[in-house]
Amino acid sequence: MPPLAIRRSAAAHAIARNIGLVLVIFLLLFSIFLYGLIYGLTEGRLPGGFELTSTVNNTMPLVLAAMAQTLVVLTRGLDLSVGGVVDLANALGAISLGATPARMALASAFILLAGAGLGLVNGLLVAYGRLQPILVTLATLSIYQGLAIRILPQPGGAVPEGYTALLTNTTFPAALLYVVLLGLFWTAFRRSQAGIAIVAIGNDEGAAAANGINPLRAKLLAYTLSGFFAAAAGLFLVATATAGDATTGNGYTLTSIVAVVLGGVSLFGGRGSAIGAILGAFVTTMIVNILFFAHIDPLYQSFYEGAFLVIAVVLAEGLGRFVRGRR
Amino acid sequence: MSAAPSLEAITASKAYGGVQALDNASFSALPGEVHALVGENGAGKSTLIKVLGGRVRPDSGTLRIDGAKVVLAGPNDAHLLGCWTVFQELTLLPWMSVAENLLLRREPRNVLGLTSPRRLVAAAEGVLEKFGITEIDPRALIEDLSLAARQVIEIVRALSHEPRILLLDEPTSALMERETAWLFAQIRRLRATGTTIVFTSHRWHEVETIADRITVFRGGRDVGSFTTLAEEEAVTLMTGQRVETFYPPLPAAPSARADAMLSVADLAGGRLAGVSFTLHQGEILGVGGLAGHGHRELFLMLFGAERPHAGRILLRGREVRLRSPRGAIRNGIALVPEDRKTEGLLLPLSVRDNLTLAVLNRLSRFGVIGRAAERAQAARLMARLAIRAPNAAIPVGTLSGGNQQKVLLGRWLLADCPILLFYDVTRGVDVATKHEIYELMMELARSGSAILFYSSDALELAHLAHRVLVLREGRIVAELPARDLTAEQIVAAAMRERLAA
Repeated sequence: MPPLAIRRSAAAHAIARNIGLVLVIFLLLFSIFLYGLIYGLTEGRLPGGFELTSTVNNTMPLVLAAMAQTLVVLTRGLDLSVGGVVDLANALGAISLGATPARMALASAFILLAGAGLGLVNGLLVAYGRLQPILVTLATLSIYQGLAIRILPQPGGAVPEGYTALLTNTTFPAALLYVVLLGLFWTAFRRSQAGIAIVAIGNDEGAAAANGINPLRAKLLAYTLSGFFAAAAGLFLVATATAGDATTGNGYTLTSIVAVVLGGVSLFGGRGSAIGAILGAFVTTMIVNILFFAHIDPLYQSFYEGAFLVIAVVLAEGLGRFVRGRR
Repeated sequence: MSAAPSLEAITASKAYGGVQALDNASFSALPGEVHALVGENGAGKSTLIKVLGGRVRPDSGTLRIDGAKVVLAGPNDAHLLGCWTVFQELTLLPWMSVAENLLLRREPRNVLGLTSPRRLVAAAEGVLEKFGITEIDPRALIEDLSLAARQVIEIVRALSHEPRILLLDEPTSALMERETAWLFAQIRRLRATGTTIVFTSHRWHEVETIADRITVFRGGRDVGSFTTLAEEEAVTLMTGQRVETFYPPLPAAPSARADAMLSVADLAGGRLAGVSFTLHQGEILGVGGLAGHGHRELFLMLFGAERPHAGRILLRGREVRLRSPRGAIRNGIALVPEDRKTEGLLLPLSVRDNLTLAVLNRLSRFGVIGRAAERAQAARLMARLAIRAPNAAIPVGTLSGGNQQKVLLGRWLLADCPILLFYDVTRGVDVATKHEIYELMMELARSGSAILFYSSDALELAHLAHRVLVLREGRIVAELPARDLTAEQIVAAAMRERLAA
């Protein structure tokens, strides 16, 4: 037979396959380097344990939101309601987290389930209603935000200290443990029937169906899990802020998409990994940190953030093409 | 044979929009039988295969498997009854590996129900080896495989389920000779174990080689089943009329003084290792050879879709750089590709929109398309090319393959491109449409177009080109004149080295 497929080493295949992941690791290392440089120049010393802890703690909500977004983007959808679910979880957390551990656990579990339920609503409308994901989640974003404001009209409420300490320890980067756990969860999920089904329908829904995969069920699961992780992001947010605010979550819709794109997950579905998106979340935080220590006027912050993002994405795309062209 | 049929469709009908794809069609196949379905594009073969495989539910009619009436709600139901299909439009997942695709939904798992890349690759190696495939890397992404390799994977996946009934819809249209021989060996092995095999093909010699029985389809209906059938008879049954001369006469070769329309000097890049030739006005220049020896690169470079590493392209003696298909079209070069679904047509758009796409500038005033002119042009072309569609507003995606190819041809006809690149345009196209395409080629050559014509069918080249260049390993290894040229000569030139070895 003529050569059908060039044989390559397992490592070469792994790199070609995970090129997005390789790129985001480079991006993260570069932004950490830049951050260290600017921090050193302005503060006269290198960033240490405290900076690491606060960075990880501040990024946790985005890490979870990126996880949520990845699951939906892999199905070739988009979940704009992530910010709304974060708001709702935030508001619910502020009013329901009591003083005792049992009460905290109960309230947390309820909020996570509520998030999953909100995601399920999205999933039902997209899968069984056969509606456009953007349309559905744009509508539910407004609805969920409205509900959050109704629950917590003014910023306030109280988060017990124990809860904050458990999720976001300020002296030790304990939250890194959660990041690792999320990475492990993703690795296992990607190897499960359900995970494979989600990636498969993002590849080609018709082909997946011809292979006996139920696309509707896979979508339903992706949106439900997305709601669950977005709610977890809201809980982390309320824990770091130590009080609730029903509007701080709004930004997570866009930043979660940014993290996903930086992490090499294709917006066309079927390609990419949540680990990339998690690293993308950290890159996003590092950009904000760099701007802060470079003493950029906060008024212009979003201008520079945008500029940095465009450069990063163009760079990633160019490098990706270069590597693909070489093989 | 006295055995009971293992697979039956009784008076099955299926309509898509206004098109009756299956019209009270009946079909039956016996255990241990290789049963060929033949007919023109749009005759209902693919629809029947989809109905039998559970992919499409018939509007009416009965299915029986092993004599028992069944209702297939989806492919899964068919799979449970041991009935597996290789669909014409492949159902592989492009951004997943060969291993993941082969073992989809039956991945080797650990106690937690999780699979792993290592387990997948090991199991896939085993599957591929079992069917004698060693060239395909199970770690490779489907996206990176040739069409032939994808087709092989699709077939291996169906075979690995040890089907009792195997349905193959044009399995060989993407395959070269060696892979086809491999497939036939697999089919013979399955036949010996009592498996029912149903397949469709447009290549008559394949049908003759492997089929125990042939059922002819026309217009959505079965028009007869035969254990032996001569090609002429089959064509008559398929078309409902006799096709007198299959290959139309070639117009006189252009004189040596004819204008050089396109010259290529030392063109190289990808698998192309440096080729030079000149294409004259009114000439049909054939390009032959085995797949994967640089033909594709050559055509894509001439259409501006790929950049050469070295060499020059001259149009009427003037050097040009083709940076994009847009640039090529502006220079009067048009490409009619093999895989029209992905390379040429906008399937959800109407026949009319697809026909006039390349000339919208000409039909527009101040950026607004003149609808009346567009309608008139489209209607003229549809009549001239005998495009079989209920109307010009129907999406191209709903037409049969041969008619889609005609729409694409019509587009370039309208654009008046003097240089036409035909890349395996008749692959997977039925006999009658092939004939129409040939006639059209001759007409274009006669009216002064210059045609560069690649075909995987050496017989076609031998009959339809003024001379044939044979490519091997990216170089021209032979230039054969049309006079008394045979397909065997072309194939021999393409493989000379191998034969000598």
